[in-house]
Amino acid sequence: MTSFEPVIGLEIHVQLDTATKMFCSCALSFGEPPNTRCCPVCLGLPGALPVVNAKAIEYGLMIGMALESELADRSIFHRKNYFYPDNPKAYQISQYDEPLCRGGRLGDVRIHRVHLEEDAAKLIHVGETGRIHGSDTSIVDFNRCGTPLVEIVTEPDVKSAEQAREWLQLLRETLRQLEVSDVDMSQGSLRCDANISIRPVGETGFGTKTELKNMNSFAFIERGIKAEVIRQTEIVRGGGDVIQETLHFDPRTERITSLRSKEEAHDYRYFPEPDLVPIRIAPEMLDTARAAVPELPAARAARYEAAGVSADNAKDLAFRAELAARFDDALPVADSAQATAALFLNQGELAAEVEPESVATVSNLVGAKALTPGNVRAVLEILAERGGDPADVVASEGLGAIADDGQLEGIVEDALAANADAAEKIRGGNMKAIGAIIGHVMRETKGRADGGEVTRLVRAKLGL
Amino acid sequence: MIDREQVLHVARLARLELSDAEVERMSGELTGILGHIEKIGELDLDGVCPTSHVVEVTNKLRADEPRPSWPREKILGAAPAVRDDGFEVPSPQA
Repeated sequence: MTSFEPVIGLEIHVQLDTATKMFCSCALSFGEPPNTRCCPVCLGLPGALPVVNAKAIEYGLMIGMALESELADRSIFHRKNYFYPDNPKAYQISQYDEPLCRGGRLGDVRIHRVHLEEDAAKLIHVGETGRIHGSDTSIVDFNRCGTPLVEIVTEPDVKSAEQAREWLQLLRETLRQLEVSDVDMSQGSLRCDANISIRPVGETGFGTKTELKNMNSFAFIERGIKAEVIRQTEIVRGGGDVIQETLHFDPRTERITSLRSKEEAHDYRYFPEPDLVPIRIAPEMLDTARAAVPELPAARAARYEAAGVSADNAKDLAFRAELAARFDDALPVADSAQATAALFLNQGELAAEVEPESVATVSNLVGAKALTPGNVRAVLEILAERGGDPADVVASEGLGAIADDGQLEGIVEDALAANADAAEKIRGGNMKAIGAIIGHVMRETKGRADGGEVTRLVRAKLGL
Repeated sequence: MIDREQVLHVARLARLELSDAEVERMSGELTGILGHIEKIGELDLDGVCPTSHVVEVTNKLRADEPRPSWPREKILGAAPAVRDDGFEVPSPQA
């Protein structure tokens, strides 16, 4: 049987975290009562004129820089015409053939384009069922109408549902650290559509794609794409053809349904927005945007990996910007970047209360076998409370690892004598029973014994 | 020439219901407008950049500073019907 591979492109809409709307001075809405954040511009009343929010341009440029896009010298807005009650003008102001940014890359996925536009109003469907199908009346709340949106379109580089989820998590964290959006998917400030097709493995052409709309959590995105790939594969294996259409994934039933009929295929009749003059990206606009772009997760993770941190730990740290900043301060004094990174990740909250250099020193003490992993937390707690030099704290609190082989040997002998049945089991091959011996030794030494060393001594004593 | 089918297509996109007489009139008027635009094609426009705007102005930008929105009563005053503090409209799916 032919095997198929998915080809997936993503379209992400991000609400920008500006103070005001894209084209008017209404404040953005966060759950205010309906229709209290509106004016003639965002209601599309005759004669009202839009004016571009400078901050939205700046945020758009920052996103373009973060995605390594080519930034336009000149950019214009277009009218995208469609008739629907979520948009009172009967067009959305968007961008068409002169977007703010073109091309780019984030991680393993290329970016096609990034452009600015405005969000639509919220529709509440009421009627018999209260759901969108079968409703007879809709209520429009224009508070969201005109909220600045950035649309990010990828190239069809995504090969699986899992990759889509992971990449979107990277994108979300990148946007969060850029501080251009609150990227809250449950509130709709980050929304994702996926264009999905399948093709026989090895082929380079594209199959007919479908568009899976508005998935609002990472889990739904992954499950939705999986379900659609299965649906398309079954159609093609059954000798049928995939129809190009817009689909909706219902996470409750795992079912995919068609959202719009084909007769209503999009015909947006774009034309240049006559009410807005072109944007010319001046050098000082680029300077301002560039100064606001911090080191982003992908670059940070790559830097940590180069310093010797494992790929997983590097990514986990890079996704936690505040902890990562402390790790950066610790790095110069760390004997092992990996061990110190792991310590920051394992003791996140506590480690954030200790001087970063001291966290590295604690990690170094463990590495030098001067401190056991079991007593790390106790040392960090003391350091968090009253600071000081980690080596001094270890010494003054008597928390140092037992280095003297002879002393530990005696304690292990005592433990074996006190737990004769456990010792017997170990001799019989049941290594699980060693827990009782180690527990005994740790109690006696207040956690200052090295677990690996205890195990070695136990085996030696029992002749294993 | 904008024919009857094209007029009906555009009317459907705009959710307009046209009588036969109106379709006839629109066909004539739209054809006239396009004819006017086609006239431009008779000119020698080599080296002339496409114009998206008639004035030589760029970057009319606004500082990101909120100003008061309109009172809701005034906003809803223009609504054909009001329900639950919103504009009540026929369901687009109906």
